[in-house]
Amino acid sequence: MTLDEFVQNFAEQFDDTPMSKFNPSTDYKQLEEWGSLTALSIITMVDAEMEKRITGSNLKACTTIEELYNFIQAL
Amino acid sequence: MYNPFSIEGKTVLVTGASSGIGRCVAVECSKMGAKLVLTGRDETRLNETLSMLEGPNHTAIVADLADKESLNAMVSQLPVLDGVSHNAGISKINMIKFIKEEELLEIMQTNAFSTVLLTKQLVAKKKLNKPSSLVFTSSVSGNDCVRHGESLYAASKGSISGFAKAAALDLAAQGVRVNCVNPGMVMTELFKSAQDASMEDLGELKKLFPMKRFGNPEDVAHGVIYLLSEASSWVTGAELKIDGGYTLM
Repeated sequence: MTLDEFVQNFAEQFDDTPMSKFNPSTDYKQLEEWGSLTALSIITMVDAEMEKRITGSNLKACTTIEELYNFIQAL
Repeated sequence: MYNPFSIEGKTVLVTGASSGIGRCVAVECSKMGAKLVLTGRDETRLNETLSMLEGPNHTAIVADLADKESLNAMVSQLPVLDGVSHNAGISKINMIKFIKEEELLEIMQTNAFSTVLLTKQLVAKKKLNKPSSLVFTSSVSGNDCVRHGESLYAASKGSISGFAKAAALDLAAQGVRVNCVNPGMVMTELFKSAQDASMEDLGELKKLFPMKRFGNPEDVAHGVIYLLSEASSWVTGAELKIDGGYTLM
């Protein structure tokens, strides 16, 4: 999965945040819609689409979508 | 000493005995003087449980209850039982749109289908004494409440509880009681791995419990022992919620 595809998939887990808010440098924890439910969606998206396991702690440790993408790619 | 809660001398099968609640039920039952037959998938961990038991004459049979052949072979080796504590179970956190059919099948096979097929085999092969008691470890999830991402687990546990009621009715005339324990969040490896996948802070989560702590496996094991004992001889088709008051709020 490319970084652009990851940003797209990441954005799709949000219902109320417009696509324009998402790019590789988005600080996702600052999004109004960010919370335990969207976090769980990201964790399960990564599991289903990338076959990689990440945890809530990993999401807390990363800041931008690109940083998270790089972290997952290194797994 | 008068003790209607005694299970001394009873022969009890414990499934899922290689870890978590199943392992604890086995250890606690042995301390109460029961003769245990343990089953689980992992031979090393099953033997660890066997070595933790008090008293003589306990046995272990390695089996995967999600596999029909393995289940049938295990049941064939069993002595006639006074009780069963069925704990074999797995969990999977998922959001609805990411559910895969193979994951659904895996969790239903391990948690729900094994409960039905184990009961069927025990009855068909006349492995249950009259009277005897079957105790299924279900969950508050799918029966009393549910949390985000638990749909597959909740579906499997709801299935167990539904089946238990029907089995209680069908088997009552044969002197077989069937009940469930419904634990809330109990500190086991299964809980820790599921929790690790979510974003919830354990400290914050604990505040949702009126008793201000998560469950210990012993809390559940003691409920199982009550349902195995003669103290519950008029209890069948029941669900014993063991959740520290979690579902009250």
